Amino acid sequence: MGRYVIRRLLQMIPVFFGATLLIFLMVNVMGDPIAGLCGDRQCDPATAAQLEKEFGLDKPVWQQYLTYMGNVFTGDFGTAFNGQPVTELMASAFPVTIRLTIVAIFFEIVIGITLGVVTGLKRGRPVDTSVLLLTLVVLSVPTFVTGLLVQLLLGVKWGWIKPAVSPEATFSELIVPGLVLASVSLAYVTRLTRTSIAENKRADYVRTAVAKGLPRRRVISRHLLRNSLIPVVTFIGADVGALMGGAIVTERIFNIHGVGYQLYQGIVRQNTQTVVGFVTILVLVFLLANLLVDLLYAVLDPRIRYA
Amino acid sequence: MPDQPEPLESYEEGRAIAPTGAGGASDLATAEGETLEQSPSAASGGRAPGGPLGTGTDKKPRSLWSDAWRDLRRNPIFIISSLVILFLVVISIWPQLIASGDPLDCDLSKAQEGSQPGHPFGFNGQGCDVYTRTVYGARTSVTVGVLATLGVAVLGSILGGLAGFFGGAWDGVLSRITDVFFAIPVVLGGLVLLSVVTSSTVWPVIGFMVLLGWPQLSRIARGSVITAKQNDYVQAARALGASNSRMMLRHITPNAIAPVIVVATIALGTYIALEATLSYLGVGLKPPTVSWGIDISSASQYIRNAPHMLLWPAGALAITVLAFIMLGDAVRDALDPKLR
Amino acid sequence: MRGATHAKWAALATAVALAATACGGDDSGGGSGADGIVSSSWGDPQNPLEPANTNEVQGGKVLSMIFRGLKQYDPKTGEAKDMLAEKIDTTDSTNFTITVKDGWTFSNGEKVTAKSFVDAWNYGAHLKNNQKNAYFFGQIEGYDQVHPEKGEPTAETMSGLKVTGPQTFTVKLTQKFSTWPITLGYAAFSPLPQAFYTDHAAWLSKPIGNGPYTVDSYSKGSQMALKRWDGYPGADKAQNGGITLKVYTDNNTAYTDLTAGNLDLVDDVPASQLKNVQADLGDRYINVPAGIIQTLSFPFYDPAWNKPGQEKLRQGLSMAIDRNQITETIFQKTRTPAVDWTSPVLGEEGGFKDICGDFCKYDAAEAKKLVAEGGGIPGGTMKISYNADTGSHKEWVDAVCNSINRALGNNKACVGNPVGTFADFRNQVTQSKMDGPFRAGWQMDYPLIQNFLQPLYFTNASSNDGKYSDPEFDKLVNEANAEADTAKAIGLFQQAEEVLRDDMGAIPLWYQNGSAGYSERVSNVSLNPFSVPVYDQIKVN
Repeated sequence: MGRYVIRRLLQMIPVFFGATLLIFLMVNVMGDPIAGLCGDRQCDPATAAQLEKEFGLDKPVWQQYLTYMGNVFTGDFGTAFNGQPVTELMASAFPVTIRLTIVAIFFEIVIGITLGVVTGLKRGRPVDTSVLLLTLVVLSVPTFVTGLLVQLLLGVKWGWIKPAVSPEATFSELIVPGLVLASVSLAYVTRLTRTSIAENKRADYVRTAVAKGLPRRRVISRHLLRNSLIPVVTFIGADVGALMGGAIVTERIFNIHGVGYQLYQGIVRQNTQTVVGFVTILVLVFLLANLLVDLLYAVLDPRIRYA
Repeated sequence: MPDQPEPLESYEEGRAIAPTGAGGASDLATAEGETLEQSPSAASGGRAPGGPLGTGTDKKPRSLWSDAWRDLRRNPIFIISSLVILFLVVISIWPQLIASGDPLDCDLSKAQEGSQPGHPFGFNGQGCDVYTRTVYGARTSVTVGVLATLGVAVLGSILGGLAGFFGGAWDGVLSRITDVFFAIPVVLGGLVLLSVVTSSTVWPVIGFMVLLGWPQLSRIARGSVITAKQNDYVQAARALGASNSRMMLRHITPNAIAPVIVVATIALGTYIALEATLSYLGVGLKPPTVSWGIDISSASQYIRNAPHMLLWPAGALAITVLAFIMLGDAVRDALDPKLR
Repeated sequence: MRGATHAKWAALATAVALAATACGGDDSGGGSGADGIVSSSWGDPQNPLEPANTNEVQGGKVLSMIFRGLKQYDPKTGEAKDMLAEKIDTTDSTNFTITVKDGWTFSNGEKVTAKSFVDAWNYGAHLKNNQKNAYFFGQIEGYDQVHPEKGEPTAETMSGLKVTGPQTFTVKLTQKFSTWPITLGYAAFSPLPQAFYTDHAAWLSKPIGNGPYTVDSYSKGSQMALKRWDGYPGADKAQNGGITLKVYTDNNTAYTDLTAGNLDLVDDVPASQLKNVQADLGDRYINVPAGIIQTLSFPFYDPAWNKPGQEKLRQGLSMAIDRNQITETIFQKTRTPAVDWTSPVLGEEGGFKDICGDFCKYDAAEAKKLVAEGGGIPGGTMKISYNADTGSHKEWVDAVCNSINRALGNNKACVGNPVGTFADFRNQVTQSKMDGPFRAGWQMDYPLIQNFLQPLYFTNASSNDGKYSDPEFDKLVNEANAEADTAKAIGLFQQAEEVLRDDMGAIPLWYQNGSAGYSERVSNVSLNPFSVPVYDQIKVN
C-alpha cells in the first residue's frame, strides 16, 4: 500500500512535465498575445518588440519553456500582463474555487446519491420518472440559463441571496452557485447510482443479507450501496478537476473570482504564464484525485488489492 | 460516507500473500507497480499472456447477445425510443418533409415575436422562424451528439477497459495519458485545436469532442472493468483457461457496460450543448450551419424577454436525450442476466 | 415535480437566509450626503495603471479620478478647457509655450510644476518603459530618438521639450498641428509625482495623482476604494465621499447586482438587458452619445477586394444594411445609425455632418444594382470577421449579414466569421490576413475630427487596418492639419471625408452610445464623451 502510493506519486513527475509542456505549446500556438494589448489599434512596432522581449516571447519556444520551468521550481510562476504575479492570482483564486468545488461535490454526493438510491430501488415508479424528467431539464437547459434564473429569482425577486458573491466568497455565499455548478454532474451521479443499485439489487449477497434478516436500512447502506459506488466514485473523482477548472460560466454569472474565471481570462488574453501556472496546479489536483479514487476502490470492494 | 469501518490492513494482507502465490502474475505486479491486482488465490496460473488452451467450449444454445435482442424486441420502452430516434434520423435527412420554410430567411423586424399563424413557435432574436430552425437544426445536433458519443464510448471503453483488465504498465501509461488529457481546459483546447481548422463541417467538432471526451468514459470503464473482474464467474472462467478476449467479451463486457451506457447517454446531451459552447467561443460550427446548440446559446440571453426562443430547441434536445436514455436503459436491462 | 422543487428551494432558502443574516453588512457602502460612498462596477484593467500605459476604459476610469491634466474635456460638450494650463501660446502651430497654473499639488503634497509634465512625457515616450500610448508623444520633436522604430534609443529625453521656468515649458512639434493643445486632455499627458520614479512598485500598488480623489486601498482583481481628496485645489471637487470600484466578472452580474440594490452604478448595461431597463430602473438609466464609431473595413491588400470599380460594390453593401432596424432591434437604440465617419459628440462646429447621405440609407433595390455593377461579391460569399470573446459582436454581425442577404436575395452572400480571441483577431488584422470585410471600432482619443480620420484612413497610418490609401484624401488631411483657422481646417477634413465616401473606404455602421444605470441612492449621474462616468459630480442622496 505505502509502496503503491509512492509509485503513483513518482508517476506524477512525467505527467507534470508532459502536461505543462503540452499546455505551454498550446498557448504558444495561439499566436502573438501582444496584438491584443493595444485595443482596436495597432501596437507601435517598437513597443511591441520591447514587450515581447520583456515577456521573453522573442526567444524560441523550447527556451521559453525551460526558462519558465526553471522559474517555477524557484516558486516564480511569472507575471500576468497587468503586472500582477501569477502566484498572487493563484493565492486569491484557488481558495475560492476549492470552496466552490467542495460545495458542489457535497451536493453531488448528498443529493445525487440519495436520488440515485431512491430511484434505483423504485425503478419505474413515479418518483423515478420525475427524477428522469428533472435530469432532462438540467441537461437541456444550459447552466447559463439556470444560473441566471436562479440569480434573478433568489437574488432580485425574492431577495434571499445576494446575486453577486463578494470577493471573500464564504461558504454560505457559495451554496447557490455550488448547486448550479453541480447540476449537470448531479444528473450523472443520480443515473449512475440508480443503475448500479438496480443492478446489484438482485445480487446474491443482497439476497443473503435480506435472508439473514438484516434490517433494510443496513442492507441498503452496507451491502447494496457500498458495492454500487465504484462507478459513482470514479465519476466524482474525475469531476473534481473538471469542476475546479471548468466553472467558467458559473463563476462569471455569480461574480466568483476563481480559477475558471482567471483561466478563461488568461486563455483569451493568451497569457502563457497565467494559463500554464493554473493548469499545472490543476494537473496536480487531477493526479491526486485519481489516486484517491483508486485507493477508494479497495475500500469499497475488498476483493480489489494493491500490489 | 461516514460508515467505512473497513481497515486498510487488507492491502497488507494481500501483499503478504501475494509473493507466495504462484508465478507470473505477482511478479508482473511488483515490476509494473500500480496494478490493481486481484486476490492472489485466483490470480495464479492461467493468466500468463497468451495462455489460452483452445476455447472451443461454445455450447451454442443462445448467445447472450441474441438473448438480449429477443428481450429488446418485446420491450415497449425500446420500441418507443427507437421510433423517436428513427423520426429524428428521418427529419435530419429530409427536414423539408415537415418544414417548408428556409432556416436562413430571417426578417429582423419580426425579432423575438411569439407564436403566430404559419409560425407556430414564433421567431428568434434575428427574426428567423424558430420552428423551421428547430427542424433543420436536428441534422447537425443529432449528428454531432450521436457520433461524438459513439466515438467517445468506443475509444473510451476500449482504452479504459484494457487498462482495467490488464492493469500493470498498460494501466499506468493509459491512466496517466488520461490525466494529461483531463488537464486540457475545453476553452483552451477549442481555441487551439479548432481555430486552425478552416473546414466548416461537423467533423472537426466531433473529432475535438472525442479527443477531449474519451478520458472521462475511459475512467468509468476502467473502474467498472476492475470491479467486474473480481466476480466469481470471471475468476471461474479464468481458472477454466478462458482466453482474455473471451473473458472480456462474454463475461466482463456485459457486466461492466452499464455505467458506460449511463454516462454515454447523458453525455450525448452535454455534447449537443458543448457544440453551442464552442460556437459561442467562435471556434465551433459557423453561421450558415443551423443547430440546436447555437440556437439555445443565442436564446439564453433573452430568457427574460422571449423564453419561447429557448423552449423549442431545448425541448428538442430534451426529447433526443430522453430517447437515448431510454434506449440505453433498455439495452442495459436486456444485457443483465440477473434480470432474467 | 413542482412541489418537490419548491420544497428543495424552501429548504435551501432557509439555509441561505440564515447565512445572509449572519454576514449582515451592506456592501453598497456607508453614509449619505456629501460623505456618501458610491459603489460602481469595474473590470480588471488590462495594463498596469500608468497614465501613458492605459488604453482602455477600465483603467481610464481610475485615471479620470486621480489625475488632472493641462486640459480637461467638458463632460457635456466635450470641449477642451484649460485645467492646469494657465495658457498655451503658439504663433506658428509648431512651437508651443505652456504655462502651468500655480497652487496645484499632488495628493502627497508635492507641487505640480512644469517639470512634473516634462518628466512624465519623457517617461511615457521612452521605449524602455513599454508605454502602450507612447505614440501620443510622436508629434514632439526628438520622439524618434527615444522611441526609434528599430534598435536602441539614442537619447533619454525628447529634444522638443524644454523646461524654461518653474511653471513654464516649451514644446516643439515636428510639423504644424494647429489643434495640438486640444489633445492635451488625454490621460497620457498627465503630470507625475517624483514618487512615481523613485518607488515605482509602491506607486503602482497605490497610485498617487493630482485629481479630486486619492486611492485609499487597492486589491488587484477585486476592488479599489477611492476617497475624496479634501485638499484638491480644482473647481471640480468631488461631490461625494468616495468611489468604490468593484471588479465584476460579467457586466450582466453587475447589472443584476444593481437591480438587487447592492451596487450604485453600472456603466455598461449588457445588450440582453436593454429591454428590461425601463422596467428595472425606470428613469435611472442614461443613454448618451459617446465618441465611438463602428465600421466595416475592407482588406484593400487583397487583390480580390481591390479592383477598380469596386467602390460600387462597397457602396451597394452599405446600402444593403438596414441600420435603423438593427440599431433598434439588436441594440435597443444604444447605437445611432451612422451618417458619416466621425461622431455626433463633435457637434456641428466640430465637423459632424451627414456626409454619407443615401449611401448610408437602406435601399434593397439600389443596393442589389450597385453590387452587381461593382462586379458582385468576390467569390460569391463574403465573410465578416469579428472576435468572439468580447463585446458580443455575433448578434449584429449576423443581423448585418441577414440584412445583406435579404437585400441581395441570396442567402449565401454573407456569413459571419468569428475569430476565437481578440488577440488572434488583431493579429490577423495587423498582419493583413483578412480575406473579407472585418469589424472595426474606433474610440476617439480626443474630440477632434482629425482623430476620426487621420489614424484610420491616411496612407499607412497606425490604425489603418484595411490599408486604405488615396492620395487625394492624404493631401486634404495634410492641408487641414496645417490650417491655422479651425473652421477652415474642419472644412478640409470634411472634404477628405467626401473622398472617403466616394471610395467607400470603410462602411460606417453606427455610433455607439454610452449607457449606464444607477441606484436610487445616487443622483446627478452622467457620462462623458468617452463613456466614462463623471464620478466627481455624482451625489449621494
